[in-house]
Amino acid sequence: MPSGIIGYGAYIPMYRIRASEIAKMWGKSPEAVPIKEKAVAGPDEDVATIAVEASLNALARAGIDPSEIGAVHVGTESKPYAVKSTGITVAEAIGASRMITCADYELACKAGTEALQTCLSHVESGFAKYGLAIGVDTAQGRPGDELEYTAASGGAAFIVGLDNLLAVCEGRCSWSSDTPDFWRREGQKYPVHAGRFTGAPAYFKHIINAAKALMEKLNFKPEDFTYAVFHQPNTKFPIKVAQILGFNMKQIEPGLLSPIIGNCYAGSSLLGLAAVLDVAKPDDRILVVSYGSGSGSDAFSFKVTELIEEKRDKAPLVKHYIERKVYIDYATYAKFRGKINLG
Amino acid sequence: MSWAPQYWRELPYRYRLIGSKCMDCGRKYYPPRKVCKCGSENLKLEPIARKGKVYSYTVIYYPSKEFQGQEPIMVAIVETEDGARFLTQLTDCTPDQLKIGMPVEAVFRRYRTQGDKGLVMYGIKFRPVLGRD
Amino acid sequence: MRKVAVIGVGCIKVGEHWKKSLRDLCFEAFKNALNDAGIESQMIDGLYIGNMSSGYYQRQEHLGSLVADSLGLIGVPAVKIESACSSAGFTFKEAVQAVASGMHEIVAAIGVEKMTEVKTPDATSALVMAADHDYEAEFGVTFVGLNALIKRRYMHDYNVKDEDIAYFSVHCHKYGANNPHAQYPFPIKLETVMKSPIVADPIRLFECAGIGDGAAVAILCPLEKARELIDEDRIVEVAGVGAATDTIRLADHDSLTSFKATILATKRAVSSAKITLKDIDLVEVHDAFSITGIISLEDMGFYKPGQAAKAAVEGELEKDGKLPTNMSGGLKSRGHPVGATGIYQIIEVVQQLRGEFGKNQVEDAQIGAAQNIGGVGGSVTVTILRRFR
Repeated sequence: MPSGIIGYGAYIPMYRIRASEIAKMWGKSPEAVPIKEKAVAGPDEDVATIAVEASLNALARAGIDPSEIGAVHVGTESKPYAVKSTGITVAEAIGASRMITCADYELACKAGTEALQTCLSHVESGFAKYGLAIGVDTAQGRPGDELEYTAASGGAAFIVGLDNLLAVCEGRCSWSSDTPDFWRREGQKYPVHAGRFTGAPAYFKHIINAAKALMEKLNFKPEDFTYAVFHQPNTKFPIKVAQILGFNMKQIEPGLLSPIIGNCYAGSSLLGLAAVLDVAKPDDRILVVSYGSGSGSDAFSFKVTELIEEKRDKAPLVKHYIERKVYIDYATYAKFRGKINLG
Repeated sequence: MSWAPQYWRELPYRYRLIGSKCMDCGRKYYPPRKVCKCGSENLKLEPIARKGKVYSYTVIYYPSKEFQGQEPIMVAIVETEDGARFLTQLTDCTPDQLKIGMPVEAVFRRYRTQGDKGLVMYGIKFRPVLGRD
Repeated sequence: MRKVAVIGVGCIKVGEHWKKSLRDLCFEAFKNALNDAGIESQMIDGLYIGNMSSGYYQRQEHLGSLVADSLGLIGVPAVKIESACSSAGFTFKEAVQAVASGMHEIVAAIGVEKMTEVKTPDATSALVMAADHDYEAEFGVTFVGLNALIKRRYMHDYNVKDEDIAYFSVHCHKYGANNPHAQYPFPIKLETVMKSPIVADPIRLFECAGIGDGAAVAILCPLEKARELIDEDRIVEVAGVGAATDTIRLADHDSLTSFKATILATKRAVSSAKITLKDIDLVEVHDAFSITGIISLEDMGFYKPGQAAKAAVEGELEKDGKLPTNMSGGLKSRGHPVGATGIYQIIEVVQQLRGEFGKNQVEDAQIGAAQNIGGVGGSVTVTILRRFR
């Protein structure tokens, strides 16, 4: 029996900071910024709160009893606790039963799709009737560093199962290699990145290999897909990798959110997928390829069913969260993100 | 204030907005209670409606020690669609937007952390209803 | 049940007593009361100590033993009574019951609070213990915040202006200026109140009672015994005491703008004193905040809901007005050392009934009432006192 998505949900915080505001702060040209603006978690938000709202939205679309969920996995690199599962808090908040597995996942920006891979395996093996996978982050950029322009907050949740699917998983794979392009040591507040090394040998290599491996396995070509969603650390990379693989702008545009919400790290490609599901029609085929530094890529092929039409409007669309915005200045941003040492 | 057991005991009510319904007079309460104001002890745990209106509000500029750093804090008494009335915080809005009667909806948010080492404490707050046009 | 009289009262000036410990405050107030009664301390056979937060401020409980010890009354039964801001009112009630029942002969009711041991955010944390911890304090509200929720709704329901509510502070300060034991004995202008910073919107700093240290003592005995011990002109009888509780959480009250506990306590006090409301010549109401003083006048039955603020502005609460109110300066000007306030109020009514209140003396005062609130109406006492002769 094929597995697939029975419910999906997104959440993006309402605060935005313009990249030009950050550039101005650090004495850089406001034209040389990698995105327009990014989403910033509010002072009472964290990965758990974002995950809960995205999950409640997914539940509304899935239409299932939360007590039937057998696994809740949160993939993130900004856990509220270094040791205490975020997934268990989400499970408690949505009313899951006690018979659940709920460890958190980390693999940089592909922690969310890792959670999705596991949940699909759980339901395919019969271990769980339903699985809830969430990719979410409230990523932090070192003040003054390039990544500060793009490190953003947001997340998306997917409930998977074997029936009443709004999108069937036609196939999936994972491609990984030990590549030190971006990392954060234990106890450190901010990550380190290896500059231009994060390009060809990291982001591009893994996405291209995973995408090609999946397409070969399923015997698909780029033209067979209606949409393609790639991990989106900035505006340039996903557009370039799409071009290299043979996808056009029309295929990637609906799922390309980073220019206006930034890089939500483990939430990035999953938010792109949610945005595509918000507009997709029955029989549309979607390619999703994530990338997580360290490194690896997960690739999925989803085929949308007729159920999308009746399930879609049961929860807010990604655009509803994108349209809800309030701009903040750098001082407010620094206070919200805890960059001011309160002693 | 609360150490682990005192916080943990309230989790289902704090996280899922579960209150009580009096099976005799129909009144709903949050948080739950064992005896209704009508005198009945026939109360069952039940989720509270997640949409409501602001019944009264205030903005706190001088919080208690545990909430320092969060000011201005918007606190309200909200009346939900099923008639429950309780104290909560308002979020995703500014003090000048507050009005008695404004429609709000429940969201899961962080109330505070116990410094750098203690618990992260979550609960339900209310925000202006998200537009879905 | 025997009739009970107050034979001696004593207190200290409310303020920041850096050099005096909690024990010192009690000792000084107690000595003042003993001198006022003209009796020896060895005659006291019971001690009732009202206090809200010695555990938090001083890290000290067991005040019964501590105070008995400090006063040189080792062996005398003593106990602390806590009821948040109405601790002293309830303490006085327990003392009255002790004497009325015949179980004790001469008792002292002592209200004491030493709030200045800690910085303001800590005091805020201590004060919010009058509210529900798990679902009010842990949701970030403060005690001022709870009263602000009341004021906001009151203004909405009755269309009363902010300035008219704030005027209550001006009224209180006018009279507090003449009270020798007031914390802030000076008049203030309405403009000053309206310009003071917002603490919890819409309550401003100068609508709030301040933080201070205080101790107040009343000595009680059976009425018959009082006639043997002091001049009959100075005897004040406890005509009636009423008390009540309401839900601890503000949102669980039937109404946000009326304290049912005040309504009940007043009815019980008036009924036990066998009087009517009209017989009351002066009142001390619990104005922890201007709005609280105003709704207290309404809940006691003196004014219809929404009308008391206007009454203050129109002069009805003045010394020679229809209902002299807070001639002491109230909690705002005299001060509010939380666990002691209720007995300060009673002392002020006693002094009025004896004709000893100086500049703020209400002419021919026969019957006075003191109303003391705990939390936001979670508990209330109303004490009615009557001049014996």
